[in-house]
Amino acid sequence: MSLLGTNLERPTIYIDPKKCMGCRSCEIACAVEHSMSKTLFGAIFEKPTPKPRLKVMIADFFNVPLRCQHCEDAPCMKVCPTGAIKKSEEGFVILNANKCIGCLMCVMACPFGHPKYEPEYKVVLKCDSCIERIRGGKEPACVEACPTKALKFGTLEEILNEVRKERAEELISGLKVPGIVYMEPVVGEKKKEEKASPMDVYTAYLEVKWY
Amino acid sequence: MSIQPTWRLSGIEVVMMVEYVKFKIPTKQVSETKGVADLIEKAEEEGVKTAWHRFLEQQPQCGFGLLGICCRNCNMGPCRIDPFGAGPTKGVCGADADTIVARNILRMIAAGAAAHSDHARDIVHVFKGAATGEFKGYKLTDVEKLKGLAKALGIEIEGKTESEIALEVAHILEWEFGKPDDEPLKLLMATAPKKRIKVWERLGVMPRAIDREVCECMHRTHMGVDADPASLLLHGVRTSLADGWSGSMMATYLSDILFGTPKPIKSEANLGVLKEDYVNIIVHGHNPILSTKIVEVAMSEEMQKLAEKYGAKGVSVAGMCCTGNEVLMRLGIPPAGNFLMQELAIITGAVEAIIVDYQCIMPSLIDVAGCYHTKIITTEPKGHIPGAVHIEFKPEKADEIAREIVKIAIENYPNRPREIVNIPKHKVEMVAGFSVEAIVEALGGTLEPLINALREGTIKGIVGIVGCTNPKVKHNYSHVTLAKELIKRDILVVGTGCWGIAAAMEGLMSPKAAELAGPGLKVICEALGIPPCLHMGSCVDCSRILIALGALADALGVDIPDLPAAGSAPEWMSEKAVSIGTYFVASGVFTHLGVVPPVLGSQKVTKLLTDDIEDLLGGKFYVEPDPIKAAETIYNVIIEKRKKLKWPV
Repeated sequence: MSLLGTNLERPTIYIDPKKCMGCRSCEIACAVEHSMSKTLFGAIFEKPTPKPRLKVMIADFFNVPLRCQHCEDAPCMKVCPTGAIKKSEEGFVILNANKCIGCLMCVMACPFGHPKYEPEYKVVLKCDSCIERIRGGKEPACVEACPTKALKFGTLEEILNEVRKERAEELISGLKVPGIVYMEPVVGEKKKEEKASPMDVYTAYLEVKWY
Repeated sequence: MSIQPTWRLSGIEVVMMVEYVKFKIPTKQVSETKGVADLIEKAEEEGVKTAWHRFLEQQPQCGFGLLGICCRNCNMGPCRIDPFGAGPTKGVCGADADTIVARNILRMIAAGAAAHSDHARDIVHVFKGAATGEFKGYKLTDVEKLKGLAKALGIEIEGKTESEIALEVAHILEWEFGKPDDEPLKLLMATAPKKRIKVWERLGVMPRAIDREVCECMHRTHMGVDADPASLLLHGVRTSLADGWSGSMMATYLSDILFGTPKPIKSEANLGVLKEDYVNIIVHGHNPILSTKIVEVAMSEEMQKLAEKYGAKGVSVAGMCCTGNEVLMRLGIPPAGNFLMQELAIITGAVEAIIVDYQCIMPSLIDVAGCYHTKIITTEPKGHIPGAVHIEFKPEKADEIAREIVKIAIENYPNRPREIVNIPKHKVEMVAGFSVEAIVEALGGTLEPLINALREGTIKGIVGIVGCTNPKVKHNYSHVTLAKELIKRDILVVGTGCWGIAAAMEGLMSPKAAELAGPGLKVICEALGIPPCLHMGSCVDCSRILIALGALADALGVDIPDLPAAGSAPEWMSEKAVSIGTYFVASGVFTHLGVVPPVLGSQKVTKLLTDDIEDLLGGKFYVEPDPIKAAETIYNVIIEKRKKLKWPV
């Protein structure tokens, strides 16, 4: 296995907590995608109630849409006693609900707290990275639903390139990356004033918040 | 299942509790007010959710809403603007962030103005009925104030009876809501300072009719009407003026005429005012028409006797929110708490009934009451809550209905779950009821002593603090901290609404609090025997602050923005507060907000409200959640204004 242990062609999702507005559109899109009708107005009347696989959590001032990382060496797969969790060809960690006995071993093993037991389903639910959509050439539902592109989808290489590019732009425009940088910043042409983000609102309450 | 997933929420462990109550609240940090922590703990033990629990369940709250950049005004939407620029920058119709933010804030102002003014409409109705003698339960108590108002409205009062004058006043005020002409509002013309009126005329924001301005807000924000943020906000100013100088003003004037102008009156505040062996009734909401009757009936011999029959020592009434303020300042009824404490009152287990009218009534009261014996009684045709007992209030049968309601409470007394009753012991003495008239009287009949004190610098300035409580910030912390910081700097603090109750529960409304004031203010408070923080009434009574500022400005021959004065809403949450804040700014007051309004999504609107508007109106908004920093800034603003007046600093 290489250092990353991953082949760069593997489709993957990048989470940028700085851009997450906490609107939970991804949660709704995920539940709809995993419903029978696959439409919002159909899904809300279904039984069992369609459930989202991912969840937006708050950590300090960031919103983090926490989803399955589809680990290369997945702990959930290792501990599953019935072999219900398997890897797909693309490298996604997929749970076969027919084999799941609801023992919750995977829930405890997951370092991201991802798989979720749903009493209504009597099995564990986990992200399948919308494998059918990906095979059909589409983005996963959560990525498609994200209005601010806090979730990005692509091959690892594409995403790493995009992230590198963004960081480079930040570096050039206003030296936002902390630490010592051995390069001459471009002066004169400055980016437009930064727009407000939800984080500005959260941080405003530092002195008066109780939660 | 023995798994206890722990979630981290900014450093505090949030542990999965009983299935119903998901979060454990860090009770010691939640509130500045004594007794709150104990009751939240009690709620958690008993599996009852409070607003704080639901607040945590709502996290994360949607960033589009926080920044004000989502629009649901038409069904091509909902639309959202990406604040980071990667996604859409315009809605389907082409509205950008500036338009959407301005439209949303205008709708908030419209809702706030509508709430205050509809409250006023109900009072005008009763006032008219009292004048004709149709509503036997009500009478014109403060005739002097009635005559003063009639004169200000240009009514000839010579040789007319009280009821004739009242009918003429009622006629003019009824027309304030929907008069069809373009003339400015009559009550505004009668009460606002002339210099201010000129400013508003120049800007073209003179309100014409209350309902019309609210209606126009809804029209302008309809799909495809007004898209210019400046024009939208100016209409917001106009609507808020219709609220402050006419709707709210009318509510205050007529309540005073009907029930008496408040005079300083002693009382107590905090949940400790609930009594162990008494039938406890809480009046909650905003309108004094019902709550005053409830108090009268509950205190009657007949009801006290009835209570004894059911094993209680008597009936006791406590207030909550602004109707609490109304009965506090006229009848001395102790307030049990402010907005966020409404559920806690039920959780004590010692409240037989909560009687509500409208505004700031959490629908959750029904859920909480379901865990105890408390009855929630709704009384207004416009305020139904599923699960509540609804007894519709009609002013023509006021006494009868009040008696029926109080009886329900008394009959509920034997159901009290004695084993889980826990009334906190905390209660604090206070003096309330500082209407403008009462302040003038305390000063010896004229504003002159106050003006002299201001001019000499014994008192540096005046700040009006108003507004709600909000679970986004530590309950009552900003309210009391800001007030303490200001009185320490010799600034006289006046205020209304839930701030009033918060300050009272901290002891700031007792004359003893003069100890906490700076040397100048302390001397004045001790000489007059008044507290350094003055309770001016309910949130609709913010109009009293306007009157006081107008009178001071007129007496000094200056305009309101020149006065060393400021306003603040440190923990606001309701749309009414947006309207109040806007009419403060429009009246030329530097206004601090302690909770960030949903406008940051547009730099243009943010700049208009916190900067540009000052050139037009003399007042502006200033946002700062930290009350200590806010006090510093407010003090500096006041000092600047004193310098301009060439007064010693």
